[in-house]
Amino acid sequence: MSDALPVAADILLDVNDLVVHFPAGRRGLFGKPSKVHAVDGVSFRVRRGTTFGIVGESGSGKSTTAQAVMRLIPATSGQIVFGGENIAEFQGERLRQARRKFQIVFQDPFSSLDPRRRAGDLVREPLDLLGIGSPKERDARVSRLLAEVGLPPQAADLFPHQFSGGQRQRLCIARAMAPEPDLIVCDEAVSALDVAIQAQILNLLKKLQRERGLTYIFISHDLGVIQHFCDEIAVMYLGKIVEQAPAPVFFSAPRHPYSWSLVAAAAPPGPLRNRLKAQFLVKGDPPSPVDPPPGCRFAQRCPFVIEKCREELPVLAVAGPSHFVACHRVDEIEAPNFSMSN
Amino acid sequence: MSPVLSVQNLSVAMKGANGIVPVLENLSFDVAQGKTMALVGESGCGKSMTALAIMRLLPEDFVVTSGKILLDGEDVLAAAPQALRGLRGNKMSMIFQEPMTALNPLYTVGDQIGEVLRQHRGLGRRDATEQAIGFLRAVQIPAAEKRVHAYPHQLSGGMRQRVMIAMALACKPKLLIADEPTTALDVTVQAQIFDLLSELQDDTDTAIVLITHDLGAVAELADDVAVLYAGRCIEKGSSQEVIAHARHPYTRGLMACVPHLHLGPGLANAQRELEEIPGMVPPLGARGIECAFMPRCAFAIETCRSRPQPPLDIVDAHAAVSCWRHQEIAP
Repeated sequence: MSDALPVAADILLDVNDLVVHFPAGRRGLFGKPSKVHAVDGVSFRVRRGTTFGIVGESGSGKSTTAQAVMRLIPATSGQIVFGGENIAEFQGERLRQARRKFQIVFQDPFSSLDPRRRAGDLVREPLDLLGIGSPKERDARVSRLLAEVGLPPQAADLFPHQFSGGQRQRLCIARAMAPEPDLIVCDEAVSALDVAIQAQILNLLKKLQRERGLTYIFISHDLGVIQHFCDEIAVMYLGKIVEQAPAPVFFSAPRHPYSWSLVAAAAPPGPLRNRLKAQFLVKGDPPSPVDPPPGCRFAQRCPFVIEKCREELPVLAVAGPSHFVACHRVDEIEAPNFSMSN
Repeated sequence: MSPVLSVQNLSVAMKGANGIVPVLENLSFDVAQGKTMALVGESGCGKSMTALAIMRLLPEDFVVTSGKILLDGEDVLAAAPQALRGLRGNKMSMIFQEPMTALNPLYTVGDQIGEVLRQHRGLGRRDATEQAIGFLRAVQIPAAEKRVHAYPHQLSGGMRQRVMIAMALACKPKLLIADEPTTALDVTVQAQIFDLLSELQDDTDTAIVLITHDLGAVAELADDVAVLYAGRCIEKGSSQEVIAHARHPYTRGLMACVPHLHLGPGLANAQRELEEIPGMVPPLGARGIECAFMPRCAFAIETCRSRPQPPLDIVDAHAAVSCWRHQEIAP
């Protein structure tokens, strides 16, 4: 990945060859220990003030990537360069202090808030823990944050169960924003919400980004939401990025067969959807990430598979300006036509 | 031809500490053989309660306060326990959102599909397993003779939902209720399950009540749609008509706030600000007789505040809407 690289100062996060493996028991009593290849050599860069989207199905490794980048689970190997420093090596107090600059919002606002603490205290907690500001300044910041995420001042005295799902997610966002981070990871942050509430939260996140220059990593399985929200998109499949491009490039001409399948599944109803589904929607479920076979991870389900795909792992290679695809046959197979005419 | 399912003025209420609270009010709809009716709305609007009322599976404290449910001419609400057992499984069955919690982890999927056949068709164990394999094939599970001996945890989410569908359709019911059948599944699997449902419907002529929040699924699968808001039906009609010319501000809002995927020529529209419906569905007990959507509605006027919610106004053969201003605000 070397052409059209943005200047270094522009890059907030540079993830380099990130690997996360989990042990998965043995095959039989004396067998070889198996490993879940949750994330297997993922590299990407996120520009300051932009939104980097990761899309994929369950087991693709998108959430594991996010959690490893957030240092919530240990990375097996790889660099996570955040604001010029490799935070993968940080430990103890240094890591704790670094955390104020990167925060995460989870999918389920019901289980990510302590039910016994009042909303004001929940938002204040990161400030207390990180020792940010004087107690008085912290109070002022809490009220400001609640207002910013669209909660009334009296919300500070309520407990999480007294809020609706959407309000709870607003609370999680206020909490994530409290230490004034540069990066917020939204891990399926709107997936559990009703569509009307989802729109409110997406608009809120966009407003906060405009006002504060926030950088987001936005993880979702919903291609429509990803397109609406993200500047750059990475498609993950079984622990690997299979395609990466700026959103307009990706949605005008995706190049990986798996991306076509995702697009076919998400296309709006109509003749175009029917055509894409018939041609590109893959059958079955994603295979298990435990000890994946050599070769392309998508080979088992790919309609365009050839012998080489089963033997040799394709690398993420340049397919156009800022466009990277991991497919042996990227230049041979014809991409789908999105025009409505045929 | 009389409809397979006829729900007439159904009202459901919850008995709570503060008396009786309405949950569903005056819901009516018919589903004909081979047709699909979609119930749409946000959570808390009464979609699942409707399904549970039809199946007579309402949780404790929830009661049907008025109305009739006719399944193939039989009065479901009046059915005695014995008769009810005959209706469930044989004439109507249901698939749920979470296929993991709906299957018994201690029995093989073959046993569970077979159980339906043994109970309702009086088949022996061997014949039941034999037929179960056939059903697994019908729902396109590969290597069905092997998978019939698998336990639920050995199957993926998509497979489990296929097993649920196989169980639900084992006795060729007249009515299938599908409550958010794909919400817990991956997107590519969702598309496959929807395709499977419509293929099976073509073969068996089952009537389907599809409960969903996804208007895309409505456009693809449903013949008719009822939009529910706070326990009331606020718009009803053929799905084509409702999606092309939504009349109620709530229906219009629901469609506008979803970020649809834009491809090819429509690409430029993708990053516009989403339209919002402010606020949220009023909780149970906080619903007056006026239009429940009024506090969130951009078109609300004094009439909406001071008068009770209007009944469904039949616009034409394909559309009915409950809104004081639907004619004035029509786009």
